[in-house]
Amino acid sequence: MQNQLHADASETGVGPSMEPSVQDKRKLDRKRWLRKLYGQRHLQIMALLGVVWMIIFNYIPMYGVIIAFKEFNIVKSIGEAPWVGLEHFKEFFSDEDFTNVMRNTLGISLLKLFIGFPLPIIFALFLNEIRSVRYKRTIQTISYLPHFLSWVILGGILMTWLADIGIINNILLALHIIDEPITYLAEPKYFWGIIITSDIWKELGWSAIIYLAAIASISPEMYEASTIDGAGRFQKMWYITLPSIKSTISILFILAVGGVLNSNFDQILVLRNSLNESASNVIDIFVYHTGMQNGRYSYAQAVALFKSVIAIILLLIANRVTKKLNDTSLF
Amino acid sequence: MLKRRTKGEAFFDIFNNFGMLIVCFLTIYPIWYVLVNAFNDGQDAMRGGIYWWPRMFSFENFSAVFQSSGIMTAMGITVAKTVIGVFIHVLFTAMVAYAFSRKGLIGGKFYILLGTVTMFFGGGLIPTYLLIKDLNMLDSFLVYIIPAMFSFFDLIIFMTFFREIPDGLEEAAKIDGANDWSIFLRVVLPVSMPVIATIALFHGVYQWNDYFTGVIYINNTDLQPIQTYLYKVVAQSSSNQMMAQVPGGVAKSVTSQSIKMATMVVTTAPIVFVYPFLQRYFVKGMMIGSIKG
Repeated sequence: MQNQLHADASETGVGPSMEPSVQDKRKLDRKRWLRKLYGQRHLQIMALLGVVWMIIFNYIPMYGVIIAFKEFNIVKSIGEAPWVGLEHFKEFFSDEDFTNVMRNTLGISLLKLFIGFPLPIIFALFLNEIRSVRYKRTIQTISYLPHFLSWVILGGILMTWLADIGIINNILLALHIIDEPITYLAEPKYFWGIIITSDIWKELGWSAIIYLAAIASISPEMYEASTIDGAGRFQKMWYITLPSIKSTISILFILAVGGVLNSNFDQILVLRNSLNESASNVIDIFVYHTGMQNGRYSYAQAVALFKSVIAIILLLIANRVTKKLNDTSLF
Repeated sequence: MLKRRTKGEAFFDIFNNFGMLIVCFLTIYPIWYVLVNAFNDGQDAMRGGIYWWPRMFSFENFSAVFQSSGIMTAMGITVAKTVIGVFIHVLFTAMVAYAFSRKGLIGGKFYILLGTVTMFFGGGLIPTYLLIKDLNMLDSFLVYIIPAMFSFFDLIIFMTFFREIPDGLEEAAKIDGANDWSIFLRVVLPVSMPVIATIALFHGVYQWNDYFTGVIYINNTDLQPIQTYLYKVVAQSSSNQMMAQVPGGVAKSVTSQSIKMATMVVTTAPIVFVYPFLQRYFVKGMMIGSIKG
């Protein structure tokens, strides 16, 4: 109340008398702000604890990315390391492993994109056609299970299956398809197939959830109308279900393209070995080896940064293309 | 009337049901195979041919697992990191989310911007490793807990939930003289059990399954979790070391292969056990996953 009066009084004045009042007001605002801050001091402590965590565990590593342009040495700090510009990038492009690493990364990723991406959609479409609700739910429950097991466990299971005396060899030998047991994981030519198949095994059901959720939100009237028009099951799938989930598919496709160079490090680290290296050495594995095991931090970071840049470019291209094709985009 | 099925429709249904049955079989059978082999006598299993049911039923493999000091230590680490990790992750992330979700928090918009940036940009493997090294967390149990105690994705989920809580609840507590800490702990957390359960279960599965942290940051084998232990056995085929830790008495009928199977079963059992509880939160979790992916 008093403040109000004060302000009113100063407004009537002219010239210099204005100035102290503005200062007064600013002081007052600051006082009020400080009081508000004091009032929420407990909340501020909670928030700042989170902010401090983010600065340490998110922002300091982001700053650490600059070692890609430096010659970082473990005994000195990042700031002290000398700048070398694009040296490490040039070295990677002329590295003898470059072609192989890029071939493996792109090969595995594109196979995952073209086989691993559509399969959950097809699975969701057919699962949606199951009439019995209980049967449908049981199938879903079973198909999710491998998603919750780690790659170490699934890798262990795979190795048992693919071993010399494993079940795959036993079946193929019994059917006389092969004459001698094959050591699948020791042969590079089988590696990509193993990676793709096991990835589908783990994620098929789980990836289908989001499509099933999208399908569930389609209006039943559309199906009723089409039934009256005499549409069959496949026609409904093709002309109603699929177009209705088009935008979900587009968004997930953009994200999948953006992540195309993430060739699932966890999975490959478990299944790779020195015998299949020519097919299993992808960018992430290369970064892990040169950085963590050979201690060439700067070089490895340059390769990792190269990967991120390509990923962003791919994401932008995919976003453009889907925007043109069907008016859906991520941003 | 509309439900009347034509011949083609009936054929489709049979085909579809049968197809789904095959998908389910292919998904579950590899896991079943490990289970029956783990319950079979190790020497006998070497002959192969155990597909549907154990031929020589035996608990020997499991008793070998439970008597192996290496496996038991690793199990203990996994349980400890999962329990402590989940508790701290949920409490800390929820606390920050509560503060961020309050209207009129000074700097609130800026804090959220800081977090949003972390969803799109990160340092990656090498800079994170160098940070952990500088923080002296190599070969320390803390490396499982502190770098995983906060997630901005989980914060967003908490925040969305907290904003739905009616203001009346907090105002009533405020009138009673409670400060923000006790409002958070005594009022907000108890009404947020569904979202806490979701985050806790998913973080629990992460903690239980994560093997890479143990591979990259831990050298001391007494500190490695069971997944890292198994990784070394599976990927680096160091199963002889596994046998070496088994006391002499039981080792006769147990092979490195059969003990590996039993360890995989023991490691997987808790996940399968919480699986029915997890199921309630599947869809929510998938939404988290799809944003993350």
